[in-house]
Amino acid sequence: MSNPSASSQSSKVVHAARLSNFIAGARDTIPMLLGAAPFGMIFGSLVAGSQLAAWQGQLMSLGVFAGSSQFIALGLMTGHASILVIWLATLIVNLRHMLYAAALLPQVADLPVRWRWGLGFLLTDETFAVMNAYHRKHPMRPLGHWYFLGSGCAMYGNWQLWTLIGLAFGAVFPRLQSMGLDFAMVVTFIAIVIPQLIRLPYLAAALVAGALSYVLKDAPYKLGLLLAVVIGVAVGMMLRHWRGRNNLISEAT
Amino acid sequence: MNSTWMIIGMMAITISIKALIFVLGNRIVLSKPLKEALSFVPVTVLTAIIVPMILAPHGGSIEFNWRNPQLIAAIAAIIICAVTRHQLVTIVLGLAVFFGWQYYWVLA
Repeated sequence: MSNPSASSQSSKVVHAARLSNFIAGARDTIPMLLGAAPFGMIFGSLVAGSQLAAWQGQLMSLGVFAGSSQFIALGLMTGHASILVIWLATLIVNLRHMLYAAALLPQVADLPVRWRWGLGFLLTDETFAVMNAYHRKHPMRPLGHWYFLGSGCAMYGNWQLWTLIGLAFGAVFPRLQSMGLDFAMVVTFIAIVIPQLIRLPYLAAALVAGALSYVLKDAPYKLGLLLAVVIGVAVGMMLRHWRGRNNLISEAT
Repeated sequence: MNSTWMIIGMMAITISIKALIFVLGNRIVLSKPLKEALSFVPVTVLTAIIVPMILAPHGGSIEFNWRNPQLIAAIAAIIICAVTRHQLVTIVLGLAVFFGWQYYWVLA
């Protein structure tokens, strides 16, 4: 028979360990919080110049919680895209999370289903980067899901806060849009894309997608954008395989 | 109202994608070509969105000249990002070039 005071002692230890993992996850996410802050604020400010009411902007941050698709939705709405195109763009832009989830699956596969839904919802580029580094240092840590939760909650709270600050900022300076603050989105995307273009197939895919998107910009419902992406991806894949085969040939000879 | 439905749809789509693999576990396997294609998505989508905003900021015909602040600042941001590899520096300096250039031409 177990000693009740010993078991309450051990449950205290477990609680403390969970909390310390949660805090460690949040702490290791701090650099990412700083990086995401301007994006949240820019998103909130842009809502003021869009067709969305302020509460709808916050609702999007609360429920969608995926920065680039939130920006894209605003941009597409301004271009009078249809709701189906916005949903399709959301789908395409967010597909990358499946890659992250596939990489992190071994760490969450044995958790109860509510944990897997929750951690899935909190998955972002930033938390993936933090979790990736964590699992390289500590493979299969038993309380790793609390660390994941800490990182995800920190990103979530941060995103809500900076969206709100941006909404307030946009309400005070409603003419931001006409001053060209939408350029903030352009420069933000440049900062995300350029570091990823070191390898030729990615550079070529981006150039093709960009050029086609310009050529097709007057296609109805912004469908030109989707077509440009599909062709850009195809060109990138072709280049990668073609180069892969050439490397094999040059190794063989 | 329409916008609220748009947002609710976006929520449903995003949550399903993010949680799908965690919830279904090993019952779903991404093939190698699919993973490869997915890795090209972010750069192509983001580039496809911004290129028309840079080249034709007013939605009409191409504005490929140095009086277009979007174009000048975008070129500056690309160079700054390639050299510094720093996101925040790129955003701040890119915006500074943009507003500076715009202001200069308003005065001139």
